[in-house]
Amino acid sequence: MEWLITPFANNSFMVEALLAGILVSIACAVAGTFIILRGLAFIGDALAHGVLPGIAAAILMGFPQILGAAAGAAAMIGGITLITQRSRLSSDTAIGLLFVGMLSLGVVIVSRSTSFSGDLTRILFGDILGSSVVSIIIQLAATLVIIAMAAVCARPFLLLSFDPEQAEVAGFSVPLYHNLMLFMIAITVIVSFQTVGTLLVFGLLIAPAGAGALLARRIEKMMAWAILFGVLSMYAGLLISYHFNLAAGAAIILVAIVIFFIVFTFQNVRHRHFAPVQGKHDHP
Amino acid sequence: MTIPSENTVVPPSVTETPYIEARHLDVGYNKEVVVADINFQLAPGEAFALIGTNGCGKSTLLKTIVGLLPGMGGQLSVFGGRPGNNHRRVAYLGQFHRSGFVLPIRAIDVVRMGRFPSLGLLQRMTRKDDEIVQNAMQVMGIEGKTDSPLMSLSGGQQQRTYLAQVLAHQADLLVLDEPTSGLDAGGRELYLHAINDELCRGASVIMATHDIQEEASLCHQVMLMARKVVALGAPNEVITPATLLETFGIVISGEHKLHALECKHGHEGGHAGHPNPES
Repeated sequence: MEWLITPFANNSFMVEALLAGILVSIACAVAGTFIILRGLAFIGDALAHGVLPGIAAAILMGFPQILGAAAGAAAMIGGITLITQRSRLSSDTAIGLLFVGMLSLGVVIVSRSTSFSGDLTRILFGDILGSSVVSIIIQLAATLVIIAMAAVCARPFLLLSFDPEQAEVAGFSVPLYHNLMLFMIAITVIVSFQTVGTLLVFGLLIAPAGAGALLARRIEKMMAWAILFGVLSMYAGLLISYHFNLAAGAAIILVAIVIFFIVFTFQNVRHRHFAPVQGKHDHP
Repeated sequence: MTIPSENTVVPPSVTETPYIEARHLDVGYNKEVVVADINFQLAPGEAFALIGTNGCGKSTLLKTIVGLLPGMGGQLSVFGGRPGNNHRRVAYLGQFHRSGFVLPIRAIDVVRMGRFPSLGLLQRMTRKDDEIVQNAMQVMGIEGKTDSPLMSLSGGQQQRTYLAQVLAHQADLLVLDEPTSGLDAGGRELYLHAINDELCRGASVIMATHDIQEEASLCHQVMLMARKVVALGAPNEVITPATLLETFGIVISGEHKLHALECKHGHEGGHAGHPNPES
């Protein structure tokens, strides 16, 4: 019991880390649910890496990192849209191209910095134990915005995930709501990278929501599971990193991935025992 | 299989503005015209069937009508205005065959989506909406599947769910792309009843189908298509071995019995009869 509580009771930085982590988990659960439903995993990944050069430039030139991240995300989304609309290439080609491009650009920019590896590690893997009160307030505001967006756009987002044509015919503009969804994912990435890093934020976007998708029959429940798994990963990851002196961001993501595989195994075993494999039975 | 013939609801007069009017309409996509010079009118309370092989332009025309594709020439008005401007009045069943990840939603969630166009972004579902949803599920015979995950349903049950969604819309114009694909005999019967009810309450239906026997013959007009309009008119006039040959490239031998669901209007019901039970 002491093992579970003392690290947080005795260290304010652990409490701040946990607070920031819980907020990040909620934001990632909401955004991650739609990433999985809409099949946007690749674009989510790309956004997570697309912010790197922006952050790097911000560090180098001394303006707020969060603004740099926003600029990077905007460039990424703009670039993907431009290539898909102005060429016959599919979006995954565009995403792949820009993803690697932005990553290299980020590393090139960081390499101009005097503390190259320190900065790069911090950007890629995050600095959750360095969470400040200001960053927690920003995170809180962003999380509230994300929840509000998901609530207001619940119907178009659901239709979009179900069938974009239905969304359009029902009077919900597909480009508008698609971009709003990307915007929501981008905000999540932008405010979350400080906690778990650009490389790992993607894990927190899809692992808890993915585990939730395996368990839930409804989207609301999937989101609730994702929040639970995300918060659990945060807590357990922080605890493990504290006791065993491990990198916090990576420990958190590892816990999230382990939870996913536990759920996955549990689901498979359960289905093998109690139900036949689900699928289309009588379709010709 | 029985056909309801006791309906006596009189639909709105056929003389008012047609729900769909196409004049010299060209449809296509990616800057390529698939079918040129389409002319027809669809009056309130009438049903219209598009018949033809895959790739003949049926789906392209339907998508143009709901505003998913822009018209490529000529004129098309829906409810007297531009297509795609009357979301509350138009229900559309596309031919989506999604594979891969299936959404974690229940059958009822899918049917509820049929209420979204009327409710918009934020308006709450009322008890009336719930009743409409329940009723639509009942009509399609899936009231026992309310809480079943969509992914646990068979292909035919999923199609029934999508059809229930269309019915829950309570639209004035139903645009259906191969509505009976994957349905079993029971499902088709329920579907035919449901469409008849929709027509009788004054809604219009335009559908793409391969089914000359049942679906097309309940329609007031049929259009045979083969990347052009082969024939247009009442089913018993238009569906002939010669036009079928031109449309499908094969002659369907045997008796193709024509029959119609009666709604006591418009249709000169000379062919009202009973379909083969095994069809």
